[in-house]
Amino acid sequence: MVNENLVEDVVKEPYKYGFVTDIETEKIAKGLNEDTIRLISQKKEEPKYLLDFRLKAFKKWQTMDEPDWAGLGYKQIDYQDIIYYSAPKQKEKISSLDEVDPKLLETFDKLGIPLTEQKKLTNVAVDAVFDSVSIATTFREELAEHGVIFCSISEAVKNHSDLIEKYLGTVVPASDNYFAALNSAVFSDGSFVYIPKGVTCPMDLSSYFRINSGDSGQFERTLIIAEESSSVSYLEGCTAPMFDTNTLHAAVVELIALDDASIKYSTVQNWYAGDEEGVGGIFNFVTKRGKCLGKRSKISWSQVETGSAITWKYPSCLLLGEASVGEFYSVALTNNLQQADTGTKMIHIGPKTKSTIVSKGISAGNSINSYRGLVKMGTKATGSRNYSQCDSMLIGDQASANTFPYIKSQQPNSEIEHEASTCSISEDQLFYLQSRGIEFEEAISMMVSGFCRDVFNQLPMEFAAEADKLLALKLEGSVG
Amino acid sequence: MASKMKESDPILEVENLFASTDNLPILKGVSLTVYPGEIHAIMGRNGCGKSTLSKIIAGHPSYNITNGDIKFSGANINSLEPEERAQSGIFLGFQYPIEIPGVSNLEFLRVSTNARRKFLNKEELDTFDFEELVKEKLELVKMDHAFLTRSVNQGFSGGEKKRNEILQMALLEPKIAILDETDSGLDIDALRIVASGIKKISNAQTGIILITHYQRLLDEIEPNYVHVMADGQIIKTGGSDLALELEKKGYEWTDNFVKET
Repeated sequence: MVNENLVEDVVKEPYKYGFVTDIETEKIAKGLNEDTIRLISQKKEEPKYLLDFRLKAFKKWQTMDEPDWAGLGYKQIDYQDIIYYSAPKQKEKISSLDEVDPKLLETFDKLGIPLTEQKKLTNVAVDAVFDSVSIATTFREELAEHGVIFCSISEAVKNHSDLIEKYLGTVVPASDNYFAALNSAVFSDGSFVYIPKGVTCPMDLSSYFRINSGDSGQFERTLIIAEESSSVSYLEGCTAPMFDTNTLHAAVVELIALDDASIKYSTVQNWYAGDEEGVGGIFNFVTKRGKCLGKRSKISWSQVETGSAITWKYPSCLLLGEASVGEFYSVALTNNLQQADTGTKMIHIGPKTKSTIVSKGISAGNSINSYRGLVKMGTKATGSRNYSQCDSMLIGDQASANTFPYIKSQQPNSEIEHEASTCSISEDQLFYLQSRGIEFEEAISMMVSGFCRDVFNQLPMEFAAEADKLLALKLEGSVG
Repeated sequence: MASKMKESDPILEVENLFASTDNLPILKGVSLTVYPGEIHAIMGRNGCGKSTLSKIIAGHPSYNITNGDIKFSGANINSLEPEERAQSGIFLGFQYPIEIPGVSNLEFLRVSTNARRKFLNKEELDTFDFEELVKEKLELVKMDHAFLTRSVNQGFSGGEKKRNEILQMALLEPKIAILDETDSGLDIDALRIVASGIKKISNAQTGIILITHYQRLLDEIEPNYVHVMADGQIIKTGGSDLALELEKKGYEWTDNFVKET
């Protein structure tokens, strides 16, 4: 049909982050056993408690089975065929950015994340993670003046060991699930954020995760602690080269908010999704959870998931503190043969806790896009409320969208509200907009961003514009 | 068609047009020429091909032209995309205007107006200037400003949808407007508002094709020509009195025509 070719022509743009940086790397041998873990821990000069944490997690992992309840179809992962540590070779100790390999700086430049003093983004501090290690963190001194700690988790282990020992694994225990256990055993780097009491972080913090090697997994770990009456907005971006093999990405993110603290965590996930035939792409199996420990604390997740061959993630909130607030705003777009199973868990434990879930799933091509969420009201969650809205949009007639809302209430004096809808972009809608002079791709992007508006409104401004563009790009050839 | 010489060049020329959808022939040799300032009415039973003709002129992708040409301002537009046709001044008023959830009517109207303005080498309008323009045009169709903040056609009544179509026509200032059953589903007051809107927008430079079943729209807007369609062809053309005749005789006789051919 005329239309199909047209979409291909106008919206087709290759995945522009698909390049590989040619750089000498230090990799350990493929395979996973106790020695691998000891080696990683040794390379990172970790204290004993951390090695013990890893080994315990590994023991647990060995007893667990890879989950299949999400019904995602993929080739069995051979965990012995993965490299668990891969780092660009650099000088032993880097004291300033000048000593970072220019190739690495160039890579992040190309990704739109300049790190050097002259070019760095002015209003966002960035922690750049390349394969298994953090390359650089900008604005550290400026942040330190406010008492904010923003560094790689490896550095935090060295310099802020007390905080790591106190909080690591307290939100997502190593035994939580198969991939969290794996991550706990082998995590290599990630970001660490600490906002002291009463401090509003003076700028947005951001981590940029780049997978470069085709045969190594990325297992990053992020820990954010917001002390009493503090607040922070954290952004996360991800890209990877195009390989025809699948790369495993199993991250763990833990957030902790104390009394009156607020954490806003935004993600734009654009890992390589594989080609039209579903060859290659990242397996994105991630555990993200926040704990609203304090009274009136607030954790807000917003995510735009467009990449990865498979996404399996449920950024969740444990609402312990009285009158604490959890939010989840999500846009998940799948095309071609992508599969996404994403949603959230809002666990209301304390009284007068509130949660809001707004999920927008867009499925195009032959993709499968599922919302899976749990809202639970515990026995003490009196006067708690939840509002959920899950909307799906289908593009073309081969895609599928599912909604699996699980609701458990042990507290009669609480309210749960759930709304769901499904719609599609029809040829008639496109023709209507076109017959008013609106270009085809603009017509699609108008409809998609109209559909996603409630979520985009929650994103930091620069992210929202990027998300809008990204969605339009991702819909190549998806409407027939 | 009238054979007398016209002073200006035609806006639209449909020449022996054959078209099909899913290999099912719908149009079987339609010819129609519209000059500036003319109002044409196309009448006929459901399924005779009236709506298809309008969609094909606007460039709907579901139909294939198997033979014949459509010329707009002298140039063949058979292979132009719908948006190119719209930008150059072809307007289709939909029989069933489509709902577009999440897209604000105001933004839609602005993007669409600017697409047309860009084509005309006119300056594109920002939100403020557009507000001014649209306010003025809302008057024409007696629409409330509140329509602009709603999603395109979503939750609009039948009459509101049709008025929204005429509002778009007013903003786009097309050279030719094909209005597909704009009168259907309107009560008499709404019909008058719509008709007076159409009359105010059209002028000596524009052409209008009214597709309708009924005389009542033609009471408001008197056509220069009335064409009767049956089985994918124009079987009879006359003046406005032909519509009155149809009103009396009904369409049954057109079935006989179909059987004969």
